[in-house]
Amino acid sequence: MDLSVTDFLALDAVTVQFGALRAVDEVSLRVRKGERRAIIGPNGAGKTTLFNAITGVVRATTGKVLFEGADVTRTAIHERARRGMSRTFQITNLFPNLTVAENMRLALRGLSPRKFSLLGSPALNSEEAGRADRALEVSRLGARRDSRVKEMSYGEQRQLEMAMALAAQPRLLLLDEPAAGLSPSERVIVSDIIRALPRDLTLVLIEHDMDLVLSLVDYVTVLNNGKLLVEAPPAEIRLNKDVQDVYLGKARHHA
Amino acid sequence: MSTDAMPRLALAAVLLGALAFALVPLILPTYQVSILTEVLIYAVLAMSVDVLAGYTGRTPLCLGAVFGVSTYVTVYYSSTFGGSPYVGMALGVLAATVIAALFALLAIRTSGVYFLLLTLALGMIVWGICLRWTSITGGENGIRGNVRPAELAAHLPFYYVVFVAVAVVTFVMWRFVHSPFGLTLRGIRDSESRMRALGYNVSLHMFIAFTVAGLFSGIAGALYAMFNDFVSPSTVALTQSVEGLLMAITGGIGTLFGSFIGALAIIGLENAVSLYTERWQTVLGVAFIVIMIFAPEGILGGIKTLLARKRG
Ligand SMILES: Nc1ncnc2c1ncn2[C@@H]1O[C@H](COP(=O)(O)OP(=O)(O)O)[C@@H](O)[C@H]1O
Ligand SMILES: [Mg+2]
Repeated sequence: MDLSVTDFLALDAVTVQFGALRAVDEVSLRVRKGERRAIIGPNGAGKTTLFNAITGVVRATTGKVLFEGADVTRTAIHERARRGMSRTFQITNLFPNLTVAENMRLALRGLSPRKFSLLGSPALNSEEAGRADRALEVSRLGARRDSRVKEMSYGEQRQLEMAMALAAQPRLLLLDEPAAGLSPSERVIVSDIIRALPRDLTLVLIEHDMDLVLSLVDYVTVLNNGKLLVEAPPAEIRLNKDVQDVYLGKARHHA
Repeated sequence: MSTDAMPRLALAAVLLGALAFALVPLILPTYQVSILTEVLIYAVLAMSVDVLAGYTGRTPLCLGAVFGVSTYVTVYYSSTFGGSPYVGMALGVLAATVIAALFALLAIRTSGVYFLLLTLALGMIVWGICLRWTSITGGENGIRGNVRPAELAAHLPFYYVVFVAVAVVTFVMWRFVHSPFGLTLRGIRDSESRMRALGYNVSLHMFIAFTVAGLFSGIAGALYAMFNDFVSPSTVALTQSVEGLLMAITGGIGTLFGSFIGALAIIGLENAVSLYTERWQTVLGVAFIVIMIFAPEGILGGIKTLLARKRG
């Protein structure tokens, strides 16, 4: 396949193999700048593995990942983050022994040379503090700055996941099931946060809650058994027969 | 409660502790002043262990050897080579830092028990070399030094020189663990994968942390050269690393200042017990088990938890 450099994020026949299992199977995908894309599919479809291949947590066994025209297939995770990728984790991945403020400080400094200050003051400068405050306000954690993460509720930890991913001011944001396991009122907070994201930020969202997904995104990619099944705008996804079979149908059975 | 600004209570406790270390020697017999000197020196070793074990989440078993390399270089330079002891100490610290950087290259990609075993093996190599390279190290006989200048021969003035040096080093280490870089180490301890996703080159941060810990161990080793004026393979032996770790754990891992309590407890116990029995190592082992069962957070760690519970 010929990959044009104008694609913001492009996957070219990406396969991720774990032993005999093809968790991601020749998936090709293009995401335009500023697009909001959802990736849906049943459990075990390979959605998280696809995120891992995009962000570098696993390397694509074959195929290519291009970010802003550059081949990043073999690029280290932290290098991809420096290029503007930021993500949240399906399984909450925070710094549990640190406070919310300290978690935010690490999120803010990931791309700043100040992280190498060996004897400097730990305090944020005013620009950093402003960014931390904004991310915490948006995530409704403004009052929790001094709480230790391990003492917070699950919902609050999910909000912090998002706040940290946003603090780095990424150009590509990947959210892995940000609303999973949350109460209805907490889901509203999550969808508000997503809706409030800057419009030029490119978003890829994994989410099971169809109502949430379909109201937030421009385009939906459906994965099943590691393979790309369908790509379509949200309105068509609901009506698609294949999608109903593998995904919506299954979800209905679960309910 | 935020962990970077030192709360008033903690500051008061630190000042009180420093005051005690400053005044108590004035009323102690000279032999015990020398024990207290040793406590201060080993507290620096324990703090460097804490930088890795407590703040970075990697338990090293080679910093005793790194400490000893500095001692060897300092003693060798001042006696066999006949150079200035202060230049010798600087060279000792430099050698320790270089060795630590080399070890770091090998160890930073491992964690957990693999890190423990790899650093143990690296420390054993140093010990083996010091034991076998007799033409330089004097083998089991060791080397007698010429490090301590005549004006510091008396116990008390020497104690105060060490006290000032250790105070400065402790302040620098406190700044280090609370710096932006120090925070990245606690981030690595809690979640390496999140750190990478945030743009941190975890291996590079580990390398720097390991090397800095080696530098501080080297400072302790150089002071020890001046304290002991003698070095033999027992200074680079595994027991040194284990004792440093034990002091850090006894005081409270991840508390930095706990190392002073730990060093005081372990060296105090060592001296008290050795009056009655030769089996010092056995007693040490038993003491360690008791601590792990009854105060796994260490003495200072336990006090902090108690205070937090009272307040909360
Ligand atoms: N690191 C790994 N090693 C082995 N198998 C894995 C690994 N990560 C995921 N898998 C497997 O790959 C498949 C897809 O998993 P995942 O990407 O987590 O699915 P999803 O996020 O769509 O639920 C699953 O069968 C899972 O067990
Ligand atoms: Mg998943």
